[in-house]
Amino acid sequence: MSAAIRKLVVQVDETLRDMGRPVEPPTRRAVAMAVIANPLAGQYAENLDALIAIGEELGALLGAKCVAALGIRPEQAQSYGKAAIVGEAGELEHAAAILHPKMGATLRREVSHGAALVPSAKKMGGLGSAIDVPLGHKDAAFVRSHFDAIEARVADAPRANEIVVAIAVTDSGRPHPRVGGLAVTEIKGQDGLR
Amino acid sequence: MSELGGTIDLKRIFTHTEEIRHEFGPPPSVPLRRGAAVAVIVNPFAGRYVADLAPFMEELKPLGLKLARRLLDALDAMPEAIQGYGKAAIVGAAGELEHGALWHAPGGYGMRESLGWQENTPPGATGQPGNALAIVPSTKKVGGPGTSIDVPLTHLNASYVRSHLDCIEVRVPGAPAANEVAYILAMSLGPRIHQRLGGMRVEQIARWDGQK
Repeated sequence: MSAAIRKLVVQVDETLRDMGRPVEPPTRRAVAMAVIANPLAGQYAENLDALIAIGEELGALLGAKCVAALGIRPEQAQSYGKAAIVGEAGELEHAAAILHPKMGATLRREVSHGAALVPSAKKMGGLGSAIDVPLGHKDAAFVRSHFDAIEARVADAPRANEIVVAIAVTDSGRPHPRVGGLAVTEIKGQDGLR
Repeated sequence: MSELGGTIDLKRIFTHTEEIRHEFGPPPSVPLRRGAAVAVIVNPFAGRYVADLAPFMEELKPLGLKLARRLLDALDAMPEAIQGYGKAAIVGAAGELEHGALWHAPGGYGMRESLGWQENTPPGATGQPGNALAIVPSTKKVGGPGTSIDVPLTHLNASYVRSHLDCIEVRVPGAPAANEVAYILAMSLGPRIHQRLGGMRVEQIARWDGQK
């Protein structure tokens, strides 16, 4: 069963200057959101396969939307994250079904490689609820310059029987990182951590 | 100081695009696409009363053109595909509403020029190249970071076309800070997704005066 999508929203946030200083190159973060019907709204279902399949589908679709919006090649993606807001006729486990079993694999194909865990957030919410999508470097979770978050929100969603699904991809870290930690140049990219 | 020349401290460019497939009615064959682009700049007048603001409108002109082009890119649309538009401003807490009003001319004319409008549109022009004839509807407010604003949209050649009377909510997380202004342009590629309230239709535009 494929996702019944009502609306897609894509945002790109580019920071060129901060605190009076140029950001070179500018940092760019994209977040793509899909508003979908929740096929399990209003019922307790033991089997969540329908939502797991939707997660697999949206990992590819929303990942590709982010990469296209940034105008980059997949290997230029640096960090990523994912999140879902479940409308009130659903349950938090519906977000887990979309986000965790299969979304990561299809997302990683869109951004190339991706040894690191895709950080995630989930919540129940109503129309216009915002969720902060955590961001981490896609190949090494300990890269400190890329710990970040980007807000996802759709003004008229989720309705009670809908879910807002968001994926964020960047081609950069924070604008002026200077708190040390593992640097991009030190990434080994094998174990997902360093 | 910036790529725009002049003294504008451009901090962020934020683009927002929507593809609306339906709103619980029959999905049209082509989804509605619309979007907005926002420039977050440092408000050079924050924290004080400056009597003469008008010169800054000149400085904002390149920003109007740049933002319009950025929005067309984000929508992946040719200028001819744009059917509706609007503009807005959110002024941070250390500014005043009049700082938002600075956007009327550079934002409106920047967007209209990028959509085919020419200063000396010949009388009797019927669409391109006399495109973007209608006044650009607008809203403005003073607000804090993450304040949302509803940007009105109307048909770009005739304000009275009822199917294109629309609105898009725009909000930039984290902006505007007290000493910032967020200047906004919005465009749509079609009418409301399930428009069905009659009134003047696009094919009935006859006067080409920007209204009907």
